[in-house]
Amino acid sequence: MKKKGAEIVIDALIKEGVEVIFGYPGGAVIDIFDVLNKSPIRFVLTRHEQGAAHAADGYARATGKVGVCMATSGPGATNLVTGIATACMDSIPVVAITGQVPTSMIGNDAFQEADVTGITRPITKHNYLVKDVVDLPRIIKEAFYIARSGRPGPVVIDIPKDVQQATLENYKYPEKIEIRGYKPTYEGHINQINKAEKAIEKAEKPIIYAGGGVIASNAAEELTKLAEKCEIPVTTTLLGLGGFPETSKLSLKMLGMHGTAYANYAMMETDCLIAIGARFDDRITGKISEFAPHANDIIHIDIDPSAISKNIIVNIPVVGDCKNVLQKLNEIVKPKKHPEWLKMIDEWKEKNPLKYQNDDKLRPQYVIEEIYNVTKGDAIICTEVGQHQMWTAQYYKFTKPRTMITSGGLGTMGYGFPASIGVQMAFPNRTVFDIAGDGSIQMNIQELGTAMLNKLPIKIAILNNHFLGMVRQWQQMFYKGNYSYTCLVRDATCPPDCSMPGEKCPKFIPDFVKLAEAYGAVGMRIVKKSDVRNALEEALKIKNLVMMDFIVEAEENVYPMVPAGKSLKEIILV
Amino acid sequence: MQHIFSVLVENKSGVLARVAGLFSSRGFNIDSLCVGETNDPTISRMTIVVRGDDKVLEQVRKQLNKVIDVIKVQDFSDEPYIDRELVLIKVSCNARTRPEIVDIANIFRAKVVSLSAKAITIEVTGVQSKIEAIIDMLKVYGIIELVRTGRVAISRI
Repeated sequence: MKKKGAEIVIDALIKEGVEVIFGYPGGAVIDIFDVLNKSPIRFVLTRHEQGAAHAADGYARATGKVGVCMATSGPGATNLVTGIATACMDSIPVVAITGQVPTSMIGNDAFQEADVTGITRPITKHNYLVKDVVDLPRIIKEAFYIARSGRPGPVVIDIPKDVQQATLENYKYPEKIEIRGYKPTYEGHINQINKAEKAIEKAEKPIIYAGGGVIASNAAEELTKLAEKCEIPVTTTLLGLGGFPETSKLSLKMLGMHGTAYANYAMMETDCLIAIGARFDDRITGKISEFAPHANDIIHIDIDPSAISKNIIVNIPVVGDCKNVLQKLNEIVKPKKHPEWLKMIDEWKEKNPLKYQNDDKLRPQYVIEEIYNVTKGDAIICTEVGQHQMWTAQYYKFTKPRTMITSGGLGTMGYGFPASIGVQMAFPNRTVFDIAGDGSIQMNIQELGTAMLNKLPIKIAILNNHFLGMVRQWQQMFYKGNYSYTCLVRDATCPPDCSMPGEKCPKFIPDFVKLAEAYGAVGMRIVKKSDVRNALEEALKIKNLVMMDFIVEAEENVYPMVPAGKSLKEIILV
Repeated sequence: MQHIFSVLVENKSGVLARVAGLFSSRGFNIDSLCVGETNDPTISRMTIVVRGDDKVLEQVRKQLNKVIDVIKVQDFSDEPYIDRELVLIKVSCNARTRPEIVDIANIFRAKVVSLSAKAITIEVTGVQSKIEAIIDMLKVYGIIELVRTGRVAISRI
């Protein structure tokens, strides 16, 4: 069939099952847009390309499908960069399509030209510059395959304008592709699985440490089966939240820097560590030489061979898809009970539960607990990055995969709100929350327009403390309380060493209630603890976007905390 | 420790940048890197000499394998191989030192490839120890310029 490049792009996207694209038009993608609005694909026009990249990422995390974003050349493409890097660090399948200046002008510093494949090379799983329309169908097919298979990740396709305009005489979308340098291993080696089985059966104090790989491979069910069959307590990373029900008595909730005391203690005590789809990030391990000192066996199940023995030397690696490997393991492993180990853990849980001062002040942790209570744990929660993110991880009880949408590896402020747009587009009938800080929400607040125009009833809960709270907490704990530029109400007349906003400080910059109203959304301000429940219940009834501004205790800190670079045993409890 | 990786890659533009970028972004050091087409014109071979301990080398191998355009990574610590490097050395000379330099070249089975009144250019091929030895011998005459190709290697079996 005879088709132009731009028509091929849209046809290929339809064949890949793409239902929605997030993006922003421009001169170098105008040909694709000329076809796009005549196609069945829905398009969400964001207010900034960064919003488009995060929305595609949020869509991908919530659905498990490939998220697609599109932008023009030069600044359009560079605005995607933070979003692409975010997806790359967290292994999220995203395909980003960018326009490029015509091939004849590449390298000439043409208007809106940027070396997009060069810029995105270290932050993508793979990328392409399409130089000839003949290659276009194969490249799109490969891009989607690479993005979603193996350890998923973002793929950029940079398409020059003349390639979009060129005609291909015999267009046919390829059924199959063969990439000789790319063959992910899905089946775990049976010898390694047998070794893992023996280690688990031998263990007295086993622990499962589950990461985002469990979510990516849809292995939550298999994980639960293993944990229950062999009575193994489970702790998860930030990205692993939802991979194991936190309502289970085997759950240790999150581990690491802001993990629970009992998860971290269990890590220091375990004799058999079973890491599943996790990568031993520094926020998890703390001081690496003192991590899991009594673990005789460390089993590491991961689809990416390069994740194995990168930070921690592992004696039983199993390279393969988590779901696949866990299924095999569950078939052969013998049931076991660990009453003494669980008793030890229960004692830790009792002695050092997650706690905050439960007085009549409006504390951020309380807001999170109430969000859990009013949504009955059934919402999809997006977060920005910082204190509110950690409180969400600690105080919301995640029970189902793909219900916690958060930027873990890159820690991208401004991620949550555009991500929630992607999530709500995928699930129009579900309750979608963006839990935010007053700092992070302002990083992509322009997307209010996008959410309103697409009639997305997202519930934004701002835990407003007038601070860039996480950095302020570090300044308080490790920099002698020097709150250098972390106060969000600071103005030009403030003394440089001011440590605490007072009466004279501006109250609301911005006034989030008025801001919401300016967009036609509903704004609420909650200053009293006793109003939290009612406000949340009312917000859930409103079929519109609601922005709730919770004025919380300004200097509340996230605890427990393992200071950066310290051993997990040096955890600060309060 | 020095270590040789022989890497088969797609013969496409951008692949060298991908591999080189991997080394710089992960903080690995390259001692030398050689690229050329193989008997299959769609495939190039990169011979990369890397310095590092076992942990670094394992990561290098895994990270190389992760690059989509990398088809195969051959690690020469596991098998016997032959390696060679070609070096062009321009040495300053005069009528008195010229025969001495030519003698040295002959002993090392090197070739004199260019000669002028004040300089003599020698081409030498061999393993590293031989190259280092001839460079050492020629130093006293004054090396004007030296160009090395980097090592290439092939397995014996």
